[in-house]
Amino acid sequence: MEWLGLYNYWVVVALMMIGFYIVIAQGNLIKKLVGLNIFQTSVFVFFISLAHLDGGTAPIALPGVTAYSNPLPHVLILTAIVVGVALTAMGLALVVRVQEAYGTIEEDEIHQQDELH
Amino acid sequence: MIDIVLLTFLVVVGVAIVRVRNLLAVTMLTGIYSLLVAILFVLLDAVDVALTEAAVGAGLLVILMLATIALTTRKEKVHAARQNAVAFVVVSVTGAALIYATLDMPPFGDPEAPAHVHLSPRFTQDSPEEIGIPNMVTSVLASYRGIDTLGEAVVIFAAAVGVLLVLGTGTVRRRRRSEDDGEEAREQP
Repeated sequence: MEWLGLYNYWVVVALMMIGFYIVIAQGNLIKKLVGLNIFQTSVFVFFISLAHLDGGTAPIALPGVTAYSNPLPHVLILTAIVVGVALTAMGLALVVRVQEAYGTIEEDEIHQQDELH
Repeated sequence: MIDIVLLTFLVVVGVAIVRVRNLLAVTMLTGIYSLLVAILFVLLDAVDVALTEAAVGAGLLVILMLATIALTTRKEKVHAARQNAVAFVVVSVTGAALIYATLDMPPFGDPEAPAHVHLSPRFTQDSPEEIGIPNMVTSVLASYRGIDTLGEAVVIFAAAVGVLLVLGTGTVRRRRRSEDDGEEAREQP
């Protein structure tokens, strides 16, 4: 299992690139936000993987246990998840406004309408 | 072993999200994705993070996306293949660079990794006595980094105000417009 030691990080990179690809290649604004969300979640997985410790347990103090996962990345990601969903909510609200103003949420159709005016 | 299966599943769901054009299906896949991430967090000993991810990612986010889809559209349109090819090249190069960077990382779960020897022991050993609660994540979140958590609350407040401003003005304008139309229609005859 030695060669699998970096598997978590490779999956993180794969997920990050999937999110990146959605953001730059797909024109639907809701899909772009989903891509951003995948990108963000890959960073969460990265931090939590870093915090994990072989033979460690969840960072809740128990008598007789000495090895715990690192609690600091956990706190950081806890904050990041909540901030992330606040940002996504803001983005989705803007998508609704774009739909009201342009009648579409496809990026290229919005550009076309902007060029016409 | 099970986390390797879960991680592979995550990539499969991610690829499915790229391929699927029905936004309702994308929303459901996002929910599945968040749930898988939450299970993975439990396996990686991050129970507090897993709870938050399950509640926020698989719950709140899906509801927000469903509401947005109800107000906009369900179908995504297909785009030209040329732009996608350029994007694929960019993504592949970036991904290869990042994979190359991971080769310098310490192996997963290594107790000698810098993340585990520097600050972590200070918090895992001293915080239960210093703060007086067994959950170290809570004591860091609410005590050592209390100001940071206050900032988080400010961000949520700002986002809530922002959403209300963005959607609220639109609603008011639409209502005014329909009232104006009604008055014009009455004046014309």
